[in-house]
Amino acid sequence: MSVTAPVSVAGRRAFGLVCGLVALVLVALLSIAVGSRSIPLSVVLDVLFARDGSDSAFVVWELRIPRTLIGIAVGASLGVAGALMQALTRNPLADPGLLGVNAGASTAAALAISVFGLTDLRVFVWCAFGGAALAGVVLYAIAGRGGASPVRLALAGAAVSAALTGVTQAVILLDQQALDQMRFWTVGSLERAGWTTVVEVLPFLAVGLLIAFAMGRPLNALSLGDEAGKALGAHLGRTRLLTLVAITLLAGAATAAVGPLVFVGLAVPHMVRTFTGPDERWVVLYCAVLAPVLLLLADVLGRVMAREEIDVGVVTALLGAPVFLWLVRRGRA
Amino acid sequence: MSQRSFAVSVGLVAVIFVIGVLALGTGAIPVAPLDVVRTLLGNGSRITNFAVLDLRLPRVLIALAVGAALGMSGAVFQSLSRNALGSPDIIGFNYGAATGGLLVILVFGGSAFSVSVGALVGGVVTAVLVYVLAWQRGVRGLRLVLTGIGVSAILQAVNFYLIVNAGVADVTRATVWLTGSLNNLGWPQLWPPVVALFVLVPALLFGARWLEMLEMGDETARALGVPVEGSRVYLLVVGTAACAVATAAAGPIAFVALVAPQVAKRLTRSAGAGLLPAAWAGALLVLAADFAAQRFAGNLPVGVATGALGGVYLGWLLWRRR
Repeated sequence: MSVTAPVSVAGRRAFGLVCGLVALVLVALLSIAVGSRSIPLSVVLDVLFARDGSDSAFVVWELRIPRTLIGIAVGASLGVAGALMQALTRNPLADPGLLGVNAGASTAAALAISVFGLTDLRVFVWCAFGGAALAGVVLYAIAGRGGASPVRLALAGAAVSAALTGVTQAVILLDQQALDQMRFWTVGSLERAGWTTVVEVLPFLAVGLLIAFAMGRPLNALSLGDEAGKALGAHLGRTRLLTLVAITLLAGAATAAVGPLVFVGLAVPHMVRTFTGPDERWVVLYCAVLAPVLLLLADVLGRVMAREEIDVGVVTALLGAPVFLWLVRRGRA
Repeated sequence: MSQRSFAVSVGLVAVIFVIGVLALGTGAIPVAPLDVVRTLLGNGSRITNFAVLDLRLPRVLIALAVGAALGMSGAVFQSLSRNALGSPDIIGFNYGAATGGLLVILVFGGSAFSVSVGALVGGVVTAVLVYVLAWQRGVRGLRLVLTGIGVSAILQAVNFYLIVNAGVADVTRATVWLTGSLNNLGWPQLWPPVVALFVLVPALLFGARWLEMLEMGDETARALGVPVEGSRVYLLVVGTAACAVATAAAGPIAFVALVAPQVAKRLTRSAGAGLLPAAWAGALLVLAADFAAQRFAGNLPVGVATGALGGVYLGWLLWRRR
């Protein structure tokens, strides 16, 4: 019994992951089919396998597929970034949007557009990294050494994002011409994502995800406390630095691609942990699969809920905030 | 009020007077400081009467009223939540007020007065919502703050949604309002906040005696005969009203409610709430920020200046308290 038990746990986790992947494929198909011009699922499948030059094929290949891919990539990034932040800060309320990391990236991107006139995604994605890293380091300086309570960290995050949002707002006011372009970064939307966005942002997200997966084991060790982690052979400084790098890459590139999204990284790790247990390797893996499911669902919901499309950033806030409030009420904070 | 608090208040008022005179004398028609004072005392020439009294005085007075309201509101909330970051702008009441104002601007296309009413209603509704959501056999300060953060995230999303889906002309008006601005305000816009303050200031000072006891903890306060939940609801209502009145008058001016009570606290070196020093500090902050934004930053909305100052202060606060 004691020998077979771990195997069955691993089997259960693997089975769950397969279920998650199936759900992701289904939601992706939904995301390709649904929109201001809905395309029947059978037609979607037809043009997926044979681009026949029809209008439907154009909509599917040029609009819906890149949008869906970006949704998957961004969802995975923010979900994993949230899991990493929660592990790193040992704080159940951590989320790159809530703690101001995404706001840091969007403020830097807005400054890049306004002050330096950069509109090339390839260039200002680096500015977004800078902003995300800066916000991350500030937050980590507050949270580091296990000193900050979840409450203080959540407060600090709210305060940092308020300050950064203010700066973005000021930039928008000063630069009326860039206003229209930057409204995009104040809310978070998949609407404008095209193939160029996919191609230019994907490498960063891939590297971030790889580092995240590699950090699973040392983060597990550190979850027992700094001393026990060290005894288990984890390098404290290296693990923290690499985790911060991964968070920066993931949150920065995701924000550069679609604007700042709040709450995507908050709820999924919690839901995942009730199934996988506290093993960070599985948590990260599950978040990479399930967070995109949620994000795509939010995006699809936003497309069908109202006559005018509702940006995904609004929907995720509307869906995510109740989860946050529930966590607060349950006293997890 | 301790001797030191009194001295600090006198000092703050003196600085306010100096900056006020400078602000009244600066602009397209420059007026020397002495002439400003002379004009204020009723001995001005026709041109200085026009520049100082008609053009600039209402703006200065609105800045003072708004700043004082925000300072007191911040002091109440920081004291209730026992946290320096628990100010109304962090926990979302002014996002709620902004939502109310934006709805009026963008959806109903209302006048300046109805924008104020919308902001007031939005702020109060948000406060009630946060309080109900945070209620769990009573409300503790920290849960209130965290609930406020969650609710403000929703409201921010709603605000952005409203802005993104509006026409460009409305968006510009809404964005300026949303940043917090005293531009284009005159005598007619002065009366609502001033009248509201005449009611709110006594109401706040009346509640202040509970505030100090609540800070000692619910048990102690109860033992001292404070009706804990009742007084907390009362303070939340008047504190929210003060914040909403300020937001209604000038839009949500960032960080004043957060910073002013802390400045006052450091100057008076007192642990308690110190509503009046916080009010003076708030008034001074808004006046100085508006003067600086007009004079040195090409007539930017005052909210941009307070946002920048507040950001720096916040970084320092967080760094020191880690």
